[in-house]
Amino acid sequence: MPKDTSIRKVLVIGSGPIVIGQAAEFDYAGAQACRVLKEEGVNVVLVNSNPATIMTDRHLADEIYLEPLNPETLRRIIEAERPDGLLAGLGGQTALTLAMQLDKDGTLREFNVRLLGSPIEAIQRAEDREQFRDTMRRIGQPCVPSEIAETVPDALSAAGHIGYPVIVRPAYTLGGSGGGIAADAGELRQIARSGLDASPIHQILVEKCISGWKEIEFETMRDALGNTIAVCSMENVDPVGIHTGDSVVVAPALTLSDKEYQMLRSASLEIISSIGIVGGCNCQFALNPDSFEYAVIEVNPRVSRSSALASKATGYPIAKITTRIALGYSLDEIPNDITKKTCACFEPALDYVVVKFPKWPFDKFHGSSRRLGTQMKATGEVMAIGQRFEEALMKAVRGAEIGLDTLNAAPLTEDDIRVRLAQQDDHRLFTVFEALKKGLSVEEIFEITRIDRWFLYRLRGLAELELRLVREGFTPELYPLLKRCGYPDSAIRRLSGAGELPGWKYSYKMVDTCGAEFAAETPYFYSCCDAYCESRTLSRSGKPVIVVLGSGPIRIGQGIEFDYSSVHCVWTLRSLGYDVVIINNNPETVSTDYDTADRLYFEPLTPEDVMAVLDVEKPVGVVVAFGGQTAIKLTQFLDHQGIRILGTSAESIDIAEDRERFDALLEQFGIRRPRGMAVRTMEEAVAAAEELGYPVLLRPSYVIGGQNMTISRSRAHTVDYMERILAGGIENPVLVDQYLPGIELEVDVISDGTDVLIPGIMEHIERAGVHSGDSIAVYPPFNLTASSLARVCDISVKLALALGTRGLVNIQYLIYDEELYVIEVNPRASRTVPYISKVTGIPMVDLASRAMLGEPLKNMGYGTGAYPAPPYCAIKVPVFSFEKLNDADSILGPEMKSTGEVLGIGLTKAEALFKGLSAAGFSLPTVRDKSRTGVLLSVEDEDFPDAIMIARRCYDLGIHLYATKDTARAISSVGIRVSPVADPSISDDITHLMEKGAVNYIIYTGAVKDDTVGDYTVLHRRAMVLGIPCLTSLDTANALMDILGSRFSARNTRLVDINHLDRLLAP
Amino acid sequence: MAYLVLSNGRIFEGRRIGAPLNRVGELVFTTGMEGYLETLTDPSYYGQIVTQSFPLIGNYGVIEEDFEGRSALLGYIVRELCDDPSNFRSQYTLNEYLTAHGIPGLCGVDTREIVRLTREEGVMNAMICDEVPEDLSALKAFTVSGAVSSVTCAASCVYPAQDVCRYHVALMDYGAKRNIIRSLQSRGCEVTVYPAATPAETVLASRPDGVMLSNGPGDPKENTFQIQQIRKMLGKLPVFGICLGHQLTALALGGDTVKLKYGHRGGNQPVRDLSTGRTWITSQNHGYAVIAETLNGTGTQSFVNANDGSCEGMSYPELQCFTVQFHPEAASGPRDTGFLFDHFCDMMRRTGKEGDVHA
Repeated sequence: MPKDTSIRKVLVIGSGPIVIGQAAEFDYAGAQACRVLKEEGVNVVLVNSNPATIMTDRHLADEIYLEPLNPETLRRIIEAERPDGLLAGLGGQTALTLAMQLDKDGTLREFNVRLLGSPIEAIQRAEDREQFRDTMRRIGQPCVPSEIAETVPDALSAAGHIGYPVIVRPAYTLGGSGGGIAADAGELRQIARSGLDASPIHQILVEKCISGWKEIEFETMRDALGNTIAVCSMENVDPVGIHTGDSVVVAPALTLSDKEYQMLRSASLEIISSIGIVGGCNCQFALNPDSFEYAVIEVNPRVSRSSALASKATGYPIAKITTRIALGYSLDEIPNDITKKTCACFEPALDYVVVKFPKWPFDKFHGSSRRLGTQMKATGEVMAIGQRFEEALMKAVRGAEIGLDTLNAAPLTEDDIRVRLAQQDDHRLFTVFEALKKGLSVEEIFEITRIDRWFLYRLRGLAELELRLVREGFTPELYPLLKRCGYPDSAIRRLSGAGELPGWKYSYKMVDTCGAEFAAETPYFYSCCDAYCESRTLSRSGKPVIVVLGSGPIRIGQGIEFDYSSVHCVWTLRSLGYDVVIINNNPETVSTDYDTADRLYFEPLTPEDVMAVLDVEKPVGVVVAFGGQTAIKLTQFLDHQGIRILGTSAESIDIAEDRERFDALLEQFGIRRPRGMAVRTMEEAVAAAEELGYPVLLRPSYVIGGQNMTISRSRAHTVDYMERILAGGIENPVLVDQYLPGIELEVDVISDGTDVLIPGIMEHIERAGVHSGDSIAVYPPFNLTASSLARVCDISVKLALALGTRGLVNIQYLIYDEELYVIEVNPRASRTVPYISKVTGIPMVDLASRAMLGEPLKNMGYGTGAYPAPPYCAIKVPVFSFEKLNDADSILGPEMKSTGEVLGIGLTKAEALFKGLSAAGFSLPTVRDKSRTGVLLSVEDEDFPDAIMIARRCYDLGIHLYATKDTARAISSVGIRVSPVADPSISDDITHLMEKGAVNYIIYTGAVKDDTVGDYTVLHRRAMVLGIPCLTSLDTANALMDILGSRFSARNTRLVDINHLDRLLAP
Repeated sequence: MAYLVLSNGRIFEGRRIGAPLNRVGELVFTTGMEGYLETLTDPSYYGQIVTQSFPLIGNYGVIEEDFEGRSALLGYIVRELCDDPSNFRSQYTLNEYLTAHGIPGLCGVDTREIVRLTREEGVMNAMICDEVPEDLSALKAFTVSGAVSSVTCAASCVYPAQDVCRYHVALMDYGAKRNIIRSLQSRGCEVTVYPAATPAETVLASRPDGVMLSNGPGDPKENTFQIQQIRKMLGKLPVFGICLGHQLTALALGGDTVKLKYGHRGGNQPVRDLSTGRTWITSQNHGYAVIAETLNGTGTQSFVNANDGSCEGMSYPELQCFTVQFHPEAASGPRDTGFLFDHFCDMMRRTGKEGDVHA
């Protein structure tokens, strides 16, 4: 079937902010979709609240609405734009749910909008548990015995029929939020309750627990003609029971015989046919390892994280093909991009093994449970390609940036190895390796972990090889064996004590979808130990080569923003006539799409792996400035190897990071910074803190995202902190700074070495002390004097020039007692680059890349100095994933905790903030509802004055106030009516208030220094489940009050198309 | 160390697996990612050294019930052979099988490079050896011959229908895969398997409801006797041909076949059904193809390869005959086209009703 030419304008819904379970993979999918639509001549209208994405870039769509993703807003956009079709299958669960809402409320029918791709009935058949089970029953596909429950007693009776243990799965949630495994009625009561709360329709599935079965996935495609293919099979190394997002996953499935494989493949194709999928679909199965018995676990009627992984694992662009199918093409009409000779209606043949390894945020949440289960906790992932499982696994682990280059990790606890094996935590793989080295049998480990013996045998082989290396020392005979198993030279030297190694010459093979059966030109490579190299023999354009280093896995503090910058750098360099190579290992991103750069190396970003690529590519320079800390930390090494770093020199990074050199620089310009010192020992730290006076800010040098950063208010806290840091061993000193609770400013500038352009300055709502990534940032600044602004610009220019950087420099300031301080300077792209680029219209990465290559800013058309601020306001609001990490300490501080962000743009600060907060998921009652709004306050003594101000504002707005004992006393002492409630440690009063809907917001401070943090965490967990925002900064609370008092609603804000910002200003 | 020497002079180093024998054969590759047991025991690989493009082979060991026949291949080339398999049905290791069945092989070979060379230069001969010979003439002179007679069964035998017997099918064994028999049995067919040298008269005398022409190895044109017998049977009863059976039918009707540059071997070949427009993913293993144009006026092309446009199926409605190049019986590979066996049964049912009713 050819393209449906009646589709001329399409609305694409993005997935919104990055949260656990919904990350960069949807930017990759959405960006592909937009590109396909534009290639097909379709007018693209895009809605996404996430400013850090590539899909929201000017040229990817015709109209781009950075607006909150809710039905009201979408309805208004549909009304204004009148699209012919809606594409919702590429924006994750968020977009799919919105499409269903828009169908249900009649919007699609009213405006005659067709849902493209899978029809609504198909989505319902896959998403609604009952319909799904009926469909499976009709076609004879086995499901796991289960019953639907809408109350806790229902759940208990269901479990009575099914038998314990049972798994609770809430309906219509992503990443398995709110689910869990219950071993008995007691546990079920608790889990069922949180599951019911987590489900938007208050429905859960109580299901027989089949933990220990193999978990197999198929990524499938179906077109409207009914052609079906299975793009890729995937096998979870961890058996059923651990969410696939938290499992180590291999592709293709490695332990299935053809009979098992075809049984499940046929099942998935039958399933998608019976459901009526049009486009990509993910099917998950549990397979009994001792028989042919299997059960369908789940079907996702859309592009997903797994499909992004499958696309990168096979070279088959699922999102792109899904979009073409949505436009009416059938699979056999779509050419295979890679071979150009064959069609998209085929199944990729792999001749390598892919391993995916998750990236977890536990380093950010000390004390949070590391146990893995049915609720996903990983923020990102890495993928590695090898010719053997061992090689791919080792590459994945060393690329995950968890401080490992082998499988030897320090145990998390001192428990016996068998106890630790039974703990399903993020270190499980390493515990298995440790057990094998200790001589535990594969059989025993299998009994405990239920990880298929095949994987255990491979790990045993690695353990034996490693023990041999340690025992016998390095020999030339061992070298190829070690390299084929993926050992980097640094690890071999460390394990064997060997001095110089012979060095290894890596070759590169192509990922071509077809196992070399057809000639392919796709420049998508992975390293291997074979003699024949397909990269060295590939014909080159002859243009000078530049290598851009990517940013690795998505993690808190280093998210999709860096992929945005890397990709833009690649595009600019290509347009300037360079042959651009990218190295990255994140399968979720646009940067690892095979046609982003001229050549893609899917490799870990470690010294040896990067040098091996440079050996083949012989670039004129390497770009580190856009790949976050992942790339930055390779700078010194590359510099020592004589590699030319473009833009940011190793020298300027050192000046910015080295305490003394940096202080000297500031002194030169007479710029102040909070007093501080660098320490290496406990004694030094305690002495420094006392000299500076508490509170002090403690942090290790050379980190991003404020990892391990804290505000210490006491000697005990300092000691506690230093113990933890010293336990991990420190290479660089710990910085102790005076803590000044002032106004924070953030500036990103572009320097060409002579001139500096300042696109914009952001002012944070929260006072210093809350990490900049977790702060609400306002552009342009809202309460700075002209002279302060001038001074900020002046200092920014001086610092940027002094560092000698050509490209981007990020500077953070603090204003305290009317004095300007510099907090830090980073000679690289920052998190805020995409946000400022979008709201100012200045293509910052493009300019920075050109400056990096020597082009003067003056010639670029955006001037120099401070760029004029626009008459509108743009506010970035952080988004957290505490629903998934429900025992994590959610109190904001110097350590970054947010996973994503949204943007609100409005003519006024209030309008922008309203949009930003509602896009971030705050429920913001309208004026009419205010009487039913309640706020609970519980703050520490020193915050009483601020709390009273907030209380007064609530009172004026007619909002009912609740407060814990001391806070209530403080508030009532000024004559404001407040209902006192008991502390959470004493009674469940607060929980009851929340559950009956009396409390809509919780404002809490104090946990930083006292021991009530546990109480708060329990409270917060319940609040999260009920969707009640908890604010731990009184500044955020004040901003919220501004909004509660405003006249805005989802129905009356101005819709902003950032491609036509001029329209916003027109009357 | 042992070697795989190609007739173009390229030498690959590897480690010995299987029987310690030196062998010359025609080097081919298959891209199937699973199903190595079915590959190893597929008689259609007669005369060939098979390279697995997927790097990890032997992961689930040997499962005898998955065998498709007796191994007829000459050698086996893999990147990595698994010595400690894991599967609930696994009986022993693949290396034990290779050794016991006298199949020499190599592991640790850059199999992707073999595939690439074969793709670029076409199928060529190769030799598994411990020492590289100076003189490659024997290597170059090798040809696959006497294929069908080497792999067909010695005497006829009968496989009962599963459950109720509805049809009697005569299966001409040119090197038949077991799953063809199983696919018929499960549809209520009693299957009588005949050696390839059986005259048409003998087959027809048993009054079967239909004739199934099996897959098999080698150059189809070599089989002049079989081609004649097929010619005698066509039009007398429903005939369904697979792979070699498809090629022999074409030759019997005056068509022609051609040797492909490097064949189709694997489980991911897309085939377009010209009558419905649907495309199916099929299992394939063949080095020759029918030239559809040579059958203009005799039959119509029913399936075409969506990648290279080669003929994947013919239909001869007047002769109650249809044939396909791919393997609807799968094993290994996708089962998507198993419905063709139903078509065959339908055809037998219709002719049964129209003509003589079977007891």
